[in-house]
Amino acid sequence: MGEMEQLRKEADSLKDQITAARKAVQDTTLQEAVAGITVVGRVQMKTRKTLRGHLAKIYAMHWGTDSKLCVSASQDGKLIVWDSITTNKVNAIPLKSSWVMTCAYAPSGNFVACGGLDNMCSIYNLKGKDGNVKVMRELAAHTGYLSCCRFLNDSEIITSSGDCTCVLWDIETGTEKTIFTGHQGDCMSLAVSPDFKFFISGACDYTAKLWDIREGQCRQTFGGHESDINSIGFFPNGNAIITGSDDATCKLYDLRADQELITYQDSGIMCGVTSLAPSLSGRLILAGYDDFNVNIWDSLKAERVGVLAGHDNRVSCIGVSSDGMACCTGSWDSFLKIWN
Amino acid sequence: MTIRNTLRDHGQRYRPRMACLKKAEKVLLEMQDPKTGVKSQPQRLVITTIPHAITGEDILSWLADRFQVDTQEARNVGSMLVALGYIYPLQDHKRLVIKPDASLYRFQTPYFWPTQQWPVEDTDYAIYLAKRNIRKKGILELHEQEQYNRLHKWMNHKWDFIVMQAKEQYRAAKERKKPDRVVFDCQERAYWVVHRPPPGTVSAMDYGLERRIEPNADETKTPDFYERIMIFTQQSIMRPRVKSSVSIGALVKYCATYNNHDPFLSKCLPSNPWLTDDITYWNLNMTNVAIPTKMRVERWTFSFGELLSDPRGRDDFRLFLKKEFSGENLAFWEVCEDLRWGAAVTMREKAEQIYKTFLARGAPRWINIDGKTMEITVNGLKHPHRYVLDAAQTHIYMLMKKDSYGRYLKSPVFKDTVKKAICPEEQKFTDAQLEQNAKNRRPSLSPIVLRQQEQEQRAKMAANAPVDITQVMSKLSKQGKEAPPCPPPAKK
Repeated sequence: MGEMEQLRKEADSLKDQITAARKAVQDTTLQEAVAGITVVGRVQMKTRKTLRGHLAKIYAMHWGTDSKLCVSASQDGKLIVWDSITTNKVNAIPLKSSWVMTCAYAPSGNFVACGGLDNMCSIYNLKGKDGNVKVMRELAAHTGYLSCCRFLNDSEIITSSGDCTCVLWDIETGTEKTIFTGHQGDCMSLAVSPDFKFFISGACDYTAKLWDIREGQCRQTFGGHESDINSIGFFPNGNAIITGSDDATCKLYDLRADQELITYQDSGIMCGVTSLAPSLSGRLILAGYDDFNVNIWDSLKAERVGVLAGHDNRVSCIGVSSDGMACCTGSWDSFLKIWN
Repeated sequence: MTIRNTLRDHGQRYRPRMACLKKAEKVLLEMQDPKTGVKSQPQRLVITTIPHAITGEDILSWLADRFQVDTQEARNVGSMLVALGYIYPLQDHKRLVIKPDASLYRFQTPYFWPTQQWPVEDTDYAIYLAKRNIRKKGILELHEQEQYNRLHKWMNHKWDFIVMQAKEQYRAAKERKKPDRVVFDCQERAYWVVHRPPPGTVSAMDYGLERRIEPNADETKTPDFYERIMIFTQQSIMRPRVKSSVSIGALVKYCATYNNHDPFLSKCLPSNPWLTDDITYWNLNMTNVAIPTKMRVERWTFSFGELLSDPRGRDDFRLFLKKEFSGENLAFWEVCEDLRWGAAVTMREKAEQIYKTFLARGAPRWINIDGKTMEITVNGLKHPHRYVLDAAQTHIYMLMKKDSYGRYLKSPVFKDTVKKAICPEEQKFTDAQLEQNAKNRRPSLSPIVLRQQEQEQRAKMAANAPVDITQVMSKLSKQGKEAPPCPPPAKK
């Protein structure tokens, strides 16, 4: 027992040292730095398109890199690739397991992936002749549900799972290349850095971790939330991360200075954040909440500058297209809406 | 045998929501404050008087005032409190929303709050329905009747117990005073409307799929666990940290730089396709358009990364480097990217090609990297993997960034591009034209098709391009012929 106590004390003192190291570089705060900047004016966006076709809760959506096609996954057992301009369905892919929780579009546009309670990540080939979309790979090794997946390129994909690990897969061979362990709760969400060298994951142990893809190591851990982190994203310049949690707040963390910068919260918001996405410049953060709305935050001044109301049930996923032109929200009311 | 009722058990599995529910409860307590809370009054309803009833309008105005929000948002918050079961309506009790009029509501007793951790079990529901049946037959709604029948079937083995409990509760209730009984009945009814809602209700109790691990659960921590934490923490402490002022400054600068390029904050010319259904904007900004727009060219000046990541920008840069006879740097960087992101099967072949073209002594497009990096790279190429060229690529990237990029921005090539770049006029459409635009919408080209077209175009251009002297040299040297000396660069 004595040994354990000693180890625990050592671990705690090291944690204090990290806190001290972080404090040492904190020569200013975000609030001080932006004191001279005015808040962004009220942002009013309207629904430009509604994508109808799913028959049950939509759990995830992801934009393609051309900013016009997007894929969405719903618990009716379908993965639909939409041409969002015309609202046509380009592909409607039936899934083996209807308990899907995530979907992803490959940067090349050749593949889409999805996964959920079947503990597997299924990769579908969109390139097939005569429009036939078939399963190309089934990546199975997780012992928990698949909460999120993101392609690095046509041969590699990263997945996060309810078994507290994230895995980098080699799609061609269908094997795990690297397993990222360290979280102590279900990994709920992940995001890849703009230079594809790092990725971040948010988990039910209230922390977010930054991982080096090549080294396979966790480089930094960020705490501060009081409940599960549901959603995570990179600030567009790749040097800061944004997290959204079930404690009704979003937080901005600085990667280079290794600390929390600011919390986006409001006493009137008493429901969890399900999803978030930054705008192209990073100045706006769009976050979807359990109360059926999306709140738009001024990321530097931490004030709410807009609301997107229009869904009849929880907003489960949100994404901003890569050219920054439109934001797409998916909800449990089975509709996707494009806002602008 | 316990049957896990996970989808109905709103107590125990509520862990992720607790943080929010605690916030809601604080607000509830404030609302019930006799001095600063919502105005309450006893209301006469038929023959009984119900104490502490509050009107919908009072609730909404209190919320709007407390959180400094408009009526719509106050309604949202209010409806959420009702949906969670903290406030319940006295009339129209099945619709869990706040009506902005004189409709009456009451605060739910903490006994029935969702944060009470006891699970919402079917047994309790069965007892409740049985009790109501005893009180007055035929009072159950259709969906309640269906539930009752279902529970009767599945809980047949303990139905005697359920009926006995129901009778006991009914008898105990009759002994209470009438007002108390009415109040308790309302509270209980409201509780069950929240947890067993009528079909078609969007229930706030629906929290989706369950989380797997309970992070607060006591687990035996092994010494190994602490060792790992300590190693990680020690490594973390030793990593360099940048001063906050520098890092935050960079963030703020980024936002400011890209402000005009953010379609949510600035107008885009000629018009935003999502608003007008006119795709000129996308046509003007296609990947390999001949003449780029001014906004696009401006982005190339923001950072070297931006220039390289835009294929059109990279083409322009390549043109400049060709004139300076240092095109091999960019060519090397591109093949490194290709190796890193390409298919694993072709890696060995690519690695050999790269070595012959760029790294070997006397290679036709030899790149200038320092001795140490060269040594590491050449050794690594013996067993090529995705990241084998990382060191060399970084070196060349920094070389281009610090040297060529700056000169590119001042070069005639770039100045020419800037001059030719188009700044489209803002399009103004009449309503009739907008309708026409909407009708003329064409499906987007699949990115797969676009890329095929691009590759075909590149192949065509390569076939027609003037002979590249360096390629000829490499061919000659492969054939074993002596390579004539390179012509000196043209005097400026």
